[in-house]
Amino acid sequence: MAGPEPLPVSDANFEQEILKSDIPALVDFWAAWCGPCRAIAPVVEELAREYQGKVKVGKMNVDENAKTPAKYGIRAIPTLIIFKGGQIVEQITGAVSRAVIETALKKAL
Amino acid sequence: MAPWDYDLLIIGGGPAGLTAGLYAGRARLKTLLLEKLIHGGQMMTTDLVENYPGFPDGISGFELSDRMRRQAERFGLEIINAEVLKLEPGPPAHKVILADRQLSAGAVLIATGASYKRLGVPGEAEFIGKGVSFCATCDGALYRDQEIALVGGGDTALSETIFLERFAKKIHLIHRRRELRGAKYLQERLLQLEKVEIHWDSVVTAIKGNQAVEALELKDVKTQGTSTLPVAGVFIAIGINPNTAWLNGLLPMDDWGFIITDPEMATPIQGIFAAGDVRAKSLWQIATAVGDGATAAFAAEKYLENLSQG
Repeated sequence: MAGPEPLPVSDANFEQEILKSDIPALVDFWAAWCGPCRAIAPVVEELAREYQGKVKVGKMNVDENAKTPAKYGIRAIPTLIIFKGGQIVEQITGAVSRAVIETALKKAL
Repeated sequence: MAPWDYDLLIIGGGPAGLTAGLYAGRARLKTLLLEKLIHGGQMMTTDLVENYPGFPDGISGFELSDRMRRQAERFGLEIINAEVLKLEPGPPAHKVILADRQLSAGAVLIATGASYKRLGVPGEAEFIGKGVSFCATCDGALYRDQEIALVGGGDTALSETIFLERFAKKIHLIHRRRELRGAKYLQERLLQLEKVEIHWDSVVTAIKGNQAVEALELKDVKTQGTSTLPVAGVFIAIGINPNTAWLNGLLPMDDWGFIITDPEMATPIQGIFAAGDVRAKSLWQIATAVGDGATAAFAAEKYLENLSQG
């Protein structure tokens, strides 16, 4: 079950928690000093609550984890990636409105 | 009942818009602020603001944005997320067209700010998010121990280089002149950084790579000599463009598209004001945006008073 708060994920547990998740997963790649990341964080938290049980929402600090962002070629944050069955189905780069994220999320469900 | 939905509509939620909202709230004008994305504007992507008085140790741009928003809301400013598509001027009632409705107002303040200017070279648009960045605070951490470049020489360029230095293996600062333009204090700090190499009199002519940025093509403007600089990423901080294209030339602008106002922030259309980075002036800073915002709100208040006294 997806918790009410986004789950902090790391290089170590990314495969287990996200790629092997039995429901679609949304991962927010962020860093502490990135203003736009902090601006979209409340939206990601809202979605984690509203889609509880339907989508697993995780967040990865790119400053503490280098391997996963490199693997997915992430060169800009915030980046949101939606995974389904271990594959990328949607990728959003930059701070966007809640509507854009939700549209992508609904497509993945 | 006032003959419009709001006394004052503020378009844009950066420091100019939020300050105008604060003053308008305290003047008890019925005010709505429309923000396209996130309040704070360019402050949102600023790591540390060190030239806004009152914060002797600096303050993060995010924190300052949030404080300005909370202060304005305390005095009654209403803020919504909406993009303005069109402004249909009165006077007296001005109409602001949104995607799903339209609003009328006695006065309108345009505080839509500015966006980062692009280089306009091959590869730039193609590699945005793949090695080309306009936000060092956003993307810096992804270039840990890598060799990167930053283009520019003003305040933003220098402070972003100083910020990036903590991550990168090496930073190439590419500047088209022989002298930097940014504040002397920032120049002094920059020159102490061992990982920074400055390429004077140089411009980027192309950004190269396969899947992502791999190299820059440089040209020395003095000798016309060209060279290739291998880098994993390039940050661009070469100035700002005003966000005025949506106005379709409704108001007089200077050659660069900045809105021309009088000292009271008034445009030639009665009841329409402009403040902050969107306005033609000599210094685009948070400190000057705040002054513009306060002046504009005061001028709007006086304008509305005169209207109601007929």
